[in-house]
Amino acid sequence: MSEALLASETPGTGAATAPAPASGARQFWRRLRTQRAALVAAAVVALLVLVALAAPLLTALEGQDPTSYHPGLVDSARGGVPVGSFGGMSADHWLGVEPQTGRDLFARLVHGARVSLGVAVVATVLQVAIGVAVGLASGLGGRWLDQTLSRATDVMVALPLMVLALALLAVVPSGFPRPVLVALVIGFVGWGGIAKVVRAKTISLKSLDHVAAARLSGWGGVRIARRELLPALAAPVITYAALLVPTNITVEAALSFLGVGVKPPTASWGQMLTSADVWYQAAPQYLLLPAAALFVTVLALTVLGDGVRTALDPRAASRLRIGTGRKREGAA
Amino acid sequence: MSPDQSLVQVDGLSVEFGDVRAVDTVSFTLERGGALGLVGESGSGKSTVASALLGLHRDTGARVTGSVRVGGTDVGAATDAELRGLRGPVASMVFQDPLSSLDPYYAVGDQIAEVYRTHAKASRRAARARAVEVLDRVGIPDAPRRARSRPHEFSGGMRQRALIAMALACEPQLLIADEPTTALDVTVQAQILDLLHGLREETGMGLLLVTHDVGVAAESVDDVLVMRHGRVIERGGVADVLSAPRETYTRQLLSAVPRVDAVREERSADLGDVVVEADGLRREFGRGKGAFVAVDGVSLSVRSGETLGVVGESGSGKTTLGRMLVGLLEPTAGQLRHGGAEKQAKGVVPGVQMVFQDPVSSLNPRRSVGESIADPLRARGDRDEDAIRTRVRDLMTRVGLDPAHYGRYPHEFSGGQRQRVGIARALAAEPRLIVCDEPVSALDVTTQAQVTALLAELQRELGLALVFVAHDLAVVRQVSDKVAVMRRGRIVEYGSVDEVYGAPQDPYTQRLLAAVPALDPAAAHERRAARRRVAAAAREARAAGTEGAESAEGGEGGGTGKELAAA
Amino acid sequence: MTATLSASVATKARGSLGGLLGGGFTGFVLRRVLGALVTLFVLSVVIYAVFYVAPGDVAQITCGPRCSPAQVQQVSDQLRLDDPLYTRYLDFLRGIVVGHDYSTGTGVLHCDAPCLGLSYQTDQQVTELILNKVPVTGSLALGAMVLWLILGVGTGVLSAWRRGRATERILTGVTLAGTATPVFVIGLILMILVCGQLQWLPFPQYVPFTDDPQQWAWNLLLPWVSLALIEAAKYARLTRASMLETLAEDHVRTFRAYGVKERSIVGRHALRGALAPVIALSANDFGSMFGGALLTETLFGLPGLGRELVHAVRVVDLPVVVGMVMVTGFFVVLANAVADVLYAVADRRVVLS
Repeated sequence: MSEALLASETPGTGAATAPAPASGARQFWRRLRTQRAALVAAAVVALLVLVALAAPLLTALEGQDPTSYHPGLVDSARGGVPVGSFGGMSADHWLGVEPQTGRDLFARLVHGARVSLGVAVVATVLQVAIGVAVGLASGLGGRWLDQTLSRATDVMVALPLMVLALALLAVVPSGFPRPVLVALVIGFVGWGGIAKVVRAKTISLKSLDHVAAARLSGWGGVRIARRELLPALAAPVITYAALLVPTNITVEAALSFLGVGVKPPTASWGQMLTSADVWYQAAPQYLLLPAAALFVTVLALTVLGDGVRTALDPRAASRLRIGTGRKREGAA
Repeated sequence: MSPDQSLVQVDGLSVEFGDVRAVDTVSFTLERGGALGLVGESGSGKSTVASALLGLHRDTGARVTGSVRVGGTDVGAATDAELRGLRGPVASMVFQDPLSSLDPYYAVGDQIAEVYRTHAKASRRAARARAVEVLDRVGIPDAPRRARSRPHEFSGGMRQRALIAMALACEPQLLIADEPTTALDVTVQAQILDLLHGLREETGMGLLLVTHDVGVAAESVDDVLVMRHGRVIERGGVADVLSAPRETYTRQLLSAVPRVDAVREERSADLGDVVVEADGLRREFGRGKGAFVAVDGVSLSVRSGETLGVVGESGSGKTTLGRMLVGLLEPTAGQLRHGGAEKQAKGVVPGVQMVFQDPVSSLNPRRSVGESIADPLRARGDRDEDAIRTRVRDLMTRVGLDPAHYGRYPHEFSGGQRQRVGIARALAAEPRLIVCDEPVSALDVTTQAQVTALLAELQRELGLALVFVAHDLAVVRQVSDKVAVMRRGRIVEYGSVDEVYGAPQDPYTQRLLAAVPALDPAAAHERRAARRRVAAAAREARAAGTEGAESAEGGEGGGTGKELAAA
Repeated sequence: MTATLSASVATKARGSLGGLLGGGFTGFVLRRVLGALVTLFVLSVVIYAVFYVAPGDVAQITCGPRCSPAQVQQVSDQLRLDDPLYTRYLDFLRGIVVGHDYSTGTGVLHCDAPCLGLSYQTDQQVTELILNKVPVTGSLALGAMVLWLILGVGTGVLSAWRRGRATERILTGVTLAGTATPVFVIGLILMILVCGQLQWLPFPQYVPFTDDPQQWAWNLLLPWVSLALIEAAKYARLTRASMLETLAEDHVRTFRAYGVKERSIVGRHALRGALAPVIALSANDFGSMFGGALLTETLFGLPGLGRELVHAVRVVDLPVVVGMVMVTGFFVVLANAVADVLYAVADRRVVLS
């Protein structure tokens, strides 16, 4: 009978046009490729990562390093204004030198990229790891575990990231390398949002029939979490993480701007801006370069993050086109 | 507008979404005051046609060709202002899901008043009065007060009435109803269909009814178009088409529709031992004042080779009961014994499986169907890969799937095929008992018939015990030996199929059976008349003060069901 | 059918706590208040523990790297770091309720309830310190918030309404640029341009409202605009996304099918549903302001809560830091609870879910 049934099965019943989660990665790339803005952003991000990785090479090419003082290049009589036009730009110092100290600006800028991206990535990895662990445990655990972890999550969400990170930086030991410390603090403070997302998603997944079917098959909790839940959590987690990176870059820059994040002599864009307002007339690039670097980095990462979200959640994307039925008011 | 013009004239209408041609050169006309049914399975393009009548495809990226004229307006060529003038006063639409179709943030009366004021020059006060008037007209009791309620405070049937009231507010010449009763219970469905019928008689408006349910069409329209893959397959008077279909597809469709009055094929009563036995099962959700008893003292037993049908409307507790039987939910109280054991079962027990309602969520989208079917085998400790694969391929063949599709993923299958995968997965564990929770309610009727036939065949061969949970009385009748009718967590009637369907004792069962749409328009007409008499009697009784003011649902559907069953 | 079924199952499976406190609106409010209280308690424990069981030696860090062991011991005595953590925490709680007396070598310093401790650096009461700074941050926050809500929600609604057109593309670009700009960058550039180059405004200097309302506003104008521009971008993105979501809902289709004008659909039906996340974010941001507008205050030199916190962190004044973090958390939790309850008043469906 099977042949006959197969033949008469109406093809219209199970819309074969549904998105294909199976070939997830390939689908993802295909959808990401169709977004021009996201592609440009990805290219910019790739370039930034390259610059950050190759920072020592680039500065060696220039023949400078980010920490050497050049007292001869600043006019101490005028309060440390760089000697020469355009903030001391020259063949030796491509982008000029820092006021007061005479440190090479190009070297500090490219090394700043290392700090910015490095801190943001490490912090994001930490936030995701803690957030997923807490969210999963909360969503799968019993009532008390869920209550406890949810309260802890509420607390983390309630406290503004900047305030808590700033305050924590007051009590951490000073011996540690500062960028690592900043990354750790941001990571340990900012996992609340992702934990909430993972918990909610876990709870909704838990009630799906294929999870019940796995239970009826006789599988235990760990196996069900790994096989049935985790793969489905990947999309929301990646989406969230992609938008955490630019946030973390801003937070690092802000902390360093306030003088409690990355401290000199280590170069950081935020810290470079701390005293930039004093020098804007004599050396405008001292203000504009780190500001532009921050702007471009955060913008590119945000656009890329939006692109990733659209690629992972095509429903949100198609919503913009279908079913919103815009009217041509002009014709009326 | 010349008076000889038809209300709706559709000529060569095609609608394309990207590469998909959802509607393919459809033509039809609907005269003033006429009632036309668009009948078809999912994907037939029937709803797309309905939307095209109001120009709802404009600016959505869909390509619409052909001509559509409604009340003399050329919908394709109309300006936006003209189109807005058409929507409401000329043609109004009632949608499938009454909850999501109303704005949750505003009172129902205000929403109707807003629509009215869009088209009529009326003061706010007059518009509100109009809203109350139409709400009262569609049978919402205490309309002035209820007009101030918001949609979530209404029951499903009341919401659909409110939507119909909104449609009536502008006194349209045409009412387009897109699956207006699909989200409703069968007793409520009968009330809504009666209401639509009454309104049509009274106002003389035309009706275009879109439905997948042939029975609903039989009750409500004069003419019918059968659609498939975007094309019109057959058209004609509803009685003619239903009694003497000319096309093969229409015949297939009609023969697949389960009927409560069809001749049942004789089921061999080859019964074995008791497989599952429940005694006073009870399940509560929540505690204290918010507690809710979903299942309240249910006792039943199923033997191997036997099918127990559990039938009830939404909220009757049938799904909760099914989940308790397989151990996915723990009972709050009562005894549950498997395989004649003395011991109370706790949690998931081997040998008990479930087939789920939703063919989408019951399979992990990220695993191949072969792996899903192999799951119970691996879970019980099978390690021999070749043996597992051979067994899975056998199972796939058994349920009518191509074993070569082992590595394919769920989205590559149709709904019916996915249900087959679910059945194969349940069979893999060599169960004694399978609980099927609405296994065919998400499927089209032709697919439904195939899946129920498969289940029956498997049962005969393997001597399985089946519990078949469903809201559809006809489907349950077709597959079951015994039937339990549930209402508010209790079994109100329990017995053999012939007893329950042939001579129902409980008034609720009688009411349920009376509400099932008949495929014969003449019979439908008679039953409607009977329902009306009952409703009128109930109103009189209420007016006499012998009965408290009941809700529209209970009130109209209530009364003596005997008379209905007899009709 | 499917939808009705799952909905009814969801209602059945309501939380057990809900059952305990009863359903309905009062039950909801009670539950929400109780939840907020529990969160506040956990919050205070977590903060207290984190700061006093920090990875480093608190006394050493407070005293500074060049302190002698004797000096470190003195700090430890003054902060009572040798007592068990829980007794110190209970003491701290008691201080909040009834106040506290501190003995310094020379006499007794009284700290009134609600006492959050004394500044290690200045012996000033932390509560008093915070109260003194509230007017500055409050002036900054309130003005900026009004601006950014109008600007942000307006932009979001406009770009959702004009979706697919040039207006939307321009607005989306501008808001994207806004979210990518740190407030201290836009503030710096605005300050240099407006106060430095063009000299339209004075370099901001806080003037209390009670002294001279006109000067107060004039000086705060630039901080308001800087803060509002950045925050507005965030709100615009949120509003737009939320609007697009509600515009895709079924009930919007209903009103389209009845010929209701797009302006009314966007302004009445879509906006109403889209406001929930905007209100939630506003509540959060309002509460966060008690941590001060850290960057804006620091950049423009406004002596508010944020600058106080930055200062306390720089000089490692632990009681001040802990007190300020707690107050911030307190107000965020409070604001969220109030927003939830207010929202439930407007939309009783919340109570049901």
